[in-house]
Amino acid sequence: MKIDYNFAFFDEGSKREIRRATLKAVAIPGYQVSFASREMPIARGWGTGGLQLTLSLTGTEDVLKVIDQGSDESVNAVNIKKLVKKTTGVLNTDDTNKATLIQSRHRIPEKSLKDKQILVLQVPIPEPLRLVEPSEYKTKRLHAENEYSGAWLMLFEQIMKYGNMSTGADHPVKVYDRYVMAPSPIPRFDNPKMDYSKALILLGAGREKKIYAVPPYTKVKSLAFEDYPFEVESFEDKECRLCKATGVFMDELIDEDTKETYYQCNDTSYCLDRLNNRN
Amino acid sequence: MESFEKPILKVNNLRKQFGNGCKKCEDMSEDVLDKNYCPECGTVYACQDVSFEVYNGEILGVVGESGSGKSTMMQCLYFDKEVTKGDAYISNYKDGKSNIFKESSQQKRYIRNNVLGKVYQNPILGLKMDFSAIGNIAEKLIASGNRKVDEMERRGNELLEHVNIPLFRSKEEPKNFSGGMQQRVQIAKALSNNPPILLLDEVTTGLDLSVQANVLDLIKKIQRELGISMIVVSHDLAVIRMLADRTIVMLNGKIIEKGLTDQILEDPQKPYTQQLVHSLL
Repeated sequence: MKIDYNFAFFDEGSKREIRRATLKAVAIPGYQVSFASREMPIARGWGTGGLQLTLSLTGTEDVLKVIDQGSDESVNAVNIKKLVKKTTGVLNTDDTNKATLIQSRHRIPEKSLKDKQILVLQVPIPEPLRLVEPSEYKTKRLHAENEYSGAWLMLFEQIMKYGNMSTGADHPVKVYDRYVMAPSPIPRFDNPKMDYSKALILLGAGREKKIYAVPPYTKVKSLAFEDYPFEVESFEDKECRLCKATGVFMDELIDEDTKETYYQCNDTSYCLDRLNNRN
Repeated sequence: MESFEKPILKVNNLRKQFGNGCKKCEDMSEDVLDKNYCPECGTVYACQDVSFEVYNGEILGVVGESGSGKSTMMQCLYFDKEVTKGDAYISNYKDGKSNIFKESSQQKRYIRNNVLGKVYQNPILGLKMDFSAIGNIAEKLIASGNRKVDEMERRGNELLEHVNIPLFRSKEEPKNFSGGMQQRVQIAKALSNNPPILLLDEVTTGLDLSVQANVLDLIKKIQRELGISMIVVSHDLAVIRMLADRTIVMLNGKIIEKGLTDQILEDPQKPYTQQLVHSLL
């Protein structure tokens, strides 16, 4: 049986409602805007927030790229691409430069983003204070009063326990000197890419029903103490085994045969692009 | 004495009611004043026109039976609960010219972090049990704008040492501590920003006698060394006798007697106070 979907899966009213929430999010950088998160044909926690943003923004001329943990070809990424393509007919690409809309989980692409591109990040827990304050009512008040001791306290605890700030991902950032924001579980390595980014960055949390944004050319500063500055993961002296890239975020792998540790670009399309251009 | 001329904290006509009240309540008829609730509409008056002063370096004791409004008064002073009516002034905050109950919630947070310290009866209310003891102390320092880890660690260790918590346990979560240790961590946290006023709400309740003595000794020592003003709420007259310079007695949300602690305990004037004192001694 052939099912005819409305363009971009949603009815027009739903898309408009999500766009309105998105506009509000862009107008107040870093502020979490509530929206009526829809039921999606994928499970909550698999990128429903990001997918709703993507579907509400996709136009017929758009070119879509979807990344999951740096890979364009993971099951999640492929399925999201299929759904968007099936309901909109837009082109898919692996090339960051060619994409107008990039939906991503856990990474910001290695290639610098450009003007007029939109990066959509999937967010599991949008509230940076959730670990210290379980009540939504209270966290909303804390944001309103610019009271972010809880976020700092989490970092202080890490320093006390591990000797340094040990946030592997989702290191809180302050946007436009006002709201503290969870940047989604991107590695610390990607945090500086948000600062004065040329592209619009939208963050969607489907389960938690929140949308927030970093508009282009907006100051984004990672939280850090005066005597413990923010540091990204270091890949000094490491190079990608395939494309020989340095200074990028890499996966640490073990060669099954030799049992040796080696490194490889986490962003597969970036790695592939370098390999293709080298030959 | 000059330092005793101006109170560090002055509370006027504090009222806290639970319920909307009715015409009978508004008149504050004898019926309402005698009990702490309105027989007509059921509104509870947990505190009725409570007024008192605390002076520099003084410990003020508050006694009364359960339900007399002692803890509600403390919760209002620490902004845990909104007051219904009344005003309060702290000489260290805006020169004592601003009613702290009317301040914005941001300013109230500032007062909580910098001007007041509170030790709760239940440590769960005063501590984050899943964060380290030193993290709990740092929370207040962070809230008042400190962004230097080494400085906060030094201050945290200094305070923990002061309240006799072994430093090798400073990075443990208070949920692993005994009740007495948890109370001592609370005291250290409350002292972190050198507040001029400390609120102690039934701090020894639920602790065994030797630990109680330990905590009381500590409070006395802190008061002597740092000269902090304190309000100590307790239903245990022995605690009040040991700590307080002056005492107020509360019943049904009202202050029924106030005076020097010795005077209240040795020569109580009101029948309720006499009953309270004699039931214990």
